[in-house]
Amino acid sequence: MSPLKISWKSLWSKPLSAWLNIMLIAFGTSILTILLLASSQIEDKLNNNSKDIDLVVGAKGSPLQLILSSIYYIDFPTGNIPLKEANELSKNPFVKRATPLALGDNYNGVRIVGTDSNFVSLYSLKTQSGKFWKADLEATIGSIVAKEQNLKVGDTFYGAHGLTENKDQHKDHKYKVVGILAPQGNVTDNLILTNIASIWKMHEEPHEQKEDEEHDHGKEEAVEIQNREITSLLIQYRSPMSVAMFPRMVNQMTSLQSASPAMESTRLFSLIGVGVDTLQWFAVLIMLIAAISVFVNLYNSLKERNYDLAVMRTLGASRSKLFVIVILEGLIVTIAGTIIGIALGHFVLELIGNYQESSQAKLSGSIFITSEFYLLLAGLGIGIFASIIPAIQAYSSNISKILAKN
Amino acid sequence: MISIKSVAHSYNNNQQLSFKDWQINDGEQWLLLGESGSGKTTLLHILTGILKPQHGEVSVSDTSIYNLSSKNLDQFRGRNIGIIFQRPHLIKSLTIAENLLLAQSFAQLPEDHRRIDEVLESLDILHKKNAYPNELSQGQLQRVSIARAVINKPALLIADEPTSSLDDKNAESVLQLLIQQSGLNKATLIVATHDKRVKDAFTNTYNLV
Repeated sequence: MSPLKISWKSLWSKPLSAWLNIMLIAFGTSILTILLLASSQIEDKLNNNSKDIDLVVGAKGSPLQLILSSIYYIDFPTGNIPLKEANELSKNPFVKRATPLALGDNYNGVRIVGTDSNFVSLYSLKTQSGKFWKADLEATIGSIVAKEQNLKVGDTFYGAHGLTENKDQHKDHKYKVVGILAPQGNVTDNLILTNIASIWKMHEEPHEQKEDEEHDHGKEEAVEIQNREITSLLIQYRSPMSVAMFPRMVNQMTSLQSASPAMESTRLFSLIGVGVDTLQWFAVLIMLIAAISVFVNLYNSLKERNYDLAVMRTLGASRSKLFVIVILEGLIVTIAGTIIGIALGHFVLELIGNYQESSQAKLSGSIFITSEFYLLLAGLGIGIFASIIPAIQAYSSNISKILAKN
Repeated sequence: MISIKSVAHSYNNNQQLSFKDWQINDGEQWLLLGESGSGKTTLLHILTGILKPQHGEVSVSDTSIYNLSSKNLDQFRGRNIGIIFQRPHLIKSLTIAENLLLAQSFAQLPEDHRRIDEVLESLDILHKKNAYPNELSQGQLQRVSIARAVINKPALLIADEPTSSLDDKNAESVLQLLIQQSGLNKATLIVATHDKRVKDAFTNTYNLV
């Protein structure tokens, strides 16, 4: 009979309170697990998608919006910038590479991005079949797009105006799929890539037929086209020195603004951070209540059992053995609770991921991170915290006094 | 051989209890007689090594038990002294067999299932081996507690009021079992009681005053 077996059997002689305590711990741990996993995955995704982009230049507006629309393809763009100014910036000596983006169309909710070959080198893209887009109206699509929209090389589709699903299709031009990207594990899996001229072309035609079709865009668009505009530029610096000079230079040009992905994601994180902090304290509170509950349970059961423990001493158990038996009883509860909690956290996160609509920030429950190891340690700590006082009592009890009482 | 020499003890410096010297040869069966409050429990606790007397010396099997370290004393007690309480006090969360296994492992002796079967058999409760204590009657429980006391073949078997909560028939049979088991296991037997029904079975008597 090992002390572990004695503690185990004693624990399960009261299954209800054992389960209550295990569930309390598991609940607290699973909330912490979800928070840890979700924030680490979101952070990873943010960093992964922006890893080689030093600066985004776009129209004036919210810098966060500019980042969200041009790097994560989540929000709407801030507006357009003149191609002429963009080209000037691209030739600036501070800039190593400038990737132009033209947004504004979608296919069944998948964003169509007009860009050039810089985009390919920026994200180190490779195709799994077919080739990269070259001529107008050729499109290379992300791996997830190919799967979910059921598109193959050679298929054609119509783009629609706007960034979300709608019926306003550009019926005059058909895109043709010429290639499918290999899975990259970042936003490009969910994009349709084409050249900028295709995007321009899409918007030229309706303008000419405007009078008969009463197209929404009217005259603004006519002006746009004459001046040739794009949505934004993704900038890679030539040297670290550019950090100090270049953004200021851009912001001084009247119609443009620059936004740093690093700074904006930090800002975004500090905004969500408040909610995460609150939840975290909530989970810690639950864990604390669980610890107290384990303590009260052990303490009460020890009062009932101190005759049992005295009898164990008369059978030859040493003081330290009783100490271990009581500590183990607390530890079994908290460690079982922690493990169940971590498993539950992963399961719930996987479930959340399955119901998530946005494919850009999908969460997964099958990724393990090292901080979870600290959760286990925390469980261990709570177990010891909850059972140390009862264990010391068992250790130092005067068995002669206890036995004489009866 | 078991002996106590000039043993005295007092609780919180109140009136001192002193016990006259006592020497017991191996295999003898003794009755310890005394009214409540005469120090019977105190003497039993001193003999079993769970209460260190303020004065005097106690030796069991030629070992001066209070010179042992706390840990060694616990182990010595587990191996050499079997105790039967007025009430059985088995561990409720463990089966009968597990309660006996517990006694073996606490004494740091190897687990011996044959020995467990043998003892349960001799006390006629082998069929309850895998039952939990709350499934047994009071008389059966008392027999299990005797089994637990003799499982490690102790040199000394001590019973504290083993019959006082039992009716005549059960009291008689428990007494017979104690005498039988101490004989079987070659253990010295001390029965502490104020129960008049027990007296006739013993020739050696130690009287507390």
